[in-house]
Amino acid sequence: MKEVLEILESDARLSAGEIAIMLSMEEEEIQRVIKELEKKKVILKYMTLVNWEKAGEEKVLAMIEVRVTPQRDTGFDAVAERIYRFPQVRSMHLMSGAYDLAVFVEGQNMREVSHFVATKLATIEGVLSTTTHFVLRTYKQDGVILEDGEKDRRLAVSP
Amino acid sequence: MNRNTSWSELVNPLVRSIPWSGIRKFFDLVTETPGVISLGVGEPDFVTPWHIREACIYSLEKGYTMYTSNYGLLELRQAIARDLQSTRRLIYNPENEILITVGVSEGLDLAMRALVCPGDEVLVPEPSYVSYAPCVVLSGGRVVSLPSTMDSGFRISAEQVAASITPRTKILLLCYPNNPTGTVMDRQTLLEIAEVVRDRNLLVISDEIYDKLTYVGEHTCIATLPGMKERTVLLNGFSKTYAMTGWRVGYAAGNADFIGAMTKIHQYTMLCAPITAQMAAVEALQNGGPAMMHMVQEYNRRRLLVIHAFRDMGLPCFEPGGAFYAFPEISGTGLSSEEFARHLLQEEKVAVVPGNAFGSSGEGFVRCSYTTSVESLSEAFRRMARFVKARGVQPKTVNVTVPDVSYLIPPAAEEAAG
Ligand SMILES: Cc1ncc(COP(=O)(O)O)c(C=O)c1O
Repeated sequence: MKEVLEILESDARLSAGEIAIMLSMEEEEIQRVIKELEKKKVILKYMTLVNWEKAGEEKVLAMIEVRVTPQRDTGFDAVAERIYRFPQVRSMHLMSGAYDLAVFVEGQNMREVSHFVATKLATIEGVLSTTTHFVLRTYKQDGVILEDGEKDRRLAVSP
Repeated sequence: MNRNTSWSELVNPLVRSIPWSGIRKFFDLVTETPGVISLGVGEPDFVTPWHIREACIYSLEKGYTMYTSNYGLLELRQAIARDLQSTRRLIYNPENEILITVGVSEGLDLAMRALVCPGDEVLVPEPSYVSYAPCVVLSGGRVVSLPSTMDSGFRISAEQVAASITPRTKILLLCYPNNPTGTVMDRQTLLEIAEVVRDRNLLVISDEIYDKLTYVGEHTCIATLPGMKERTVLLNGFSKTYAMTGWRVGYAAGNADFIGAMTKIHQYTMLCAPITAQMAAVEALQNGGPAMMHMVQEYNRRRLLVIHAFRDMGLPCFEPGGAFYAFPEISGTGLSSEEFARHLLQEEKVAVVPGNAFGSSGEGFVRCSYTTSVESLSEAFRRMARFVKARGVQPKTVNVTVPDVSYLIPPAAEEAAG
C-alpha cells in the first residue's frame, strides 16, 4: 500500500495496470487498494503542479505569520478553520515557535493579498497579530525544482 | 621516418587487430537521427545524488586538489574494506589489498596486464561486456569464449569451464550480474565453477560492478566461496551503484602481492585516481545507502514493466535478475541483430544495441537498457511492438521456452514466501 502511494505521489497518471506490473501484483488488487485509499481520504486528490509564471499568469503568494489566542475547548482548531475556509488560503500549518499559524495566501497582486489580510484575516476574533511576507521567487515546490537546468546529457549509446 | 609509410602500418599489430566496438559504430547512426528514444545507454539516467556532488564541491573548496597515494586515499580504502566486510563478510586489508582505480575499466586492464603472459588463455563467458576481449588481446593473451544461451539463462556451467581448459588457461573472467544479459548467477552453479577453478588452479577476475543491482535472490560474490578469496581479483566501482559513471572511480581487491603488482603498473601509468572522485566516493559509501536503495527500487519497477512489455509483444525475453538490461530474442522477426537495430532506429526511432556487439553468441538478440523514465520506456515499447508486429511476430505468443529464474530463490525463502 505504501508503495502504491509512493508511485502515485510521484506520477498520478500511471494506470492501475502499470502499477500492478511494477509491484508484481494483480491489476484488480491495485484498483481495489486505490479505491479504498480514496474512500478513506488517504488519497485526497489528483492534481497538476503548474508553473504559473511560465504560463504568463500574474500571481502573488504570501506567507503570513498569525498569532492567535487558543480557545478553551477547541484550542487552535476553531480559529484555524475560520481562516483556512477562505479559498484564498492555499495551505496552512500550525507551527511551533514564535507564532502559531503559517498561512499561505494567493492573490492576483499584492494589493489583493494585503486587502484580504487587513479586512478578513486580521479581524477574526482570536487573531492577535499578523506578519506578511511576500514570496519573491519559488525555486522548488512539492519536491519539484521549477527551473531545473539538469537535462539528460548522456551519450545516446554507450557500452 | 619515411614519409610514405602510413601511420596505420606503424600502429602496433595488436592494436590493429582489435576492432572498433560495435557500439561505437551504432552510436554515430543514433546521434544522426533526431527524436530518438534510446534504450542503448549503458549508464544510469539518474544524476549522481546531490549529497555526493555537494561533498565533492566541499572538498574542492577545502583545497583537495593534489595527488593521492598510488593505492588511493586511505580513507576510501578503509570505507571499501568496511563495506566489503558488512555486505559480503570479506576481510581485506585497506593498507595493501585494495587499490583505487580509474573505474572498473582501469582495474580490468591492470589485472590483465599484471597476470597475462603472451599466449596465456583467458576464459570469457559470452555474450560479454565489450572491453573484456580487447583487454585480453592487448595484454598478449588469447580469448577463449564460453558461449551461453537463453535456454540456460545465459549462465555458463562448470562442465563448460572444465572442457575449455588447456595447459595455457590462466584466468576465468566473470561478470554477474551481467552486461548485456542481466543474468544473475545462482550460488550452486558458482560453487561448481569454483570447484573447477580450484582443481585446475585457475585465477578468477570477477567484475561485480552491478552487484548491488540484484533484484531476484541474492548476489553471490565468488570471493566468498570456499578457497576462492585468494584466487580472485574482485573488481567493483561506483559508476552504476551510485550513478557516478563520469567520475571514473572504482577499485580492485585481492591478494596483497597481486594488488601490489597492479599498483606498480598503476603507479607509472596513472599515478592515482582523481582525488575529487575519490572524495565523492567516500561520501557515497558513508551516506549513499538511501539514495542507492531508491534507485534500485526504481530500476526494479521498470524491469518488471520491461519483461511484461516483451511478453506482450511476443518477443522471448529471459527474466534479467540484475543490472539494468534486458536481452530479448528478436530472430522471430527474420532480421539479424544489426538489421533489427538499424530498421528499428530508422522506422520507429528507438535505439537498442545489436546483440552481436557482445560476441557472436549475442546474434539474434538486442540489448535494451531500462535506464530511462517509465514514460519513455512505455512509448519505446509501443513503437517496438508496432515494429515487430509488422514483421509477423504474434503479440502475446512466445513459442520458445524461456527458462524461469526460480533457481535464484533459495528453497528456504521459497517456503517463507509460499
Ligand atoms: C560489466 C561492466 N564492467 C565495467 C564497466 C565500466 O565501468 P567503469 O565506469 O567503472 O569503468 C561497465 C560499464 O558499462 C560494465 O558494464
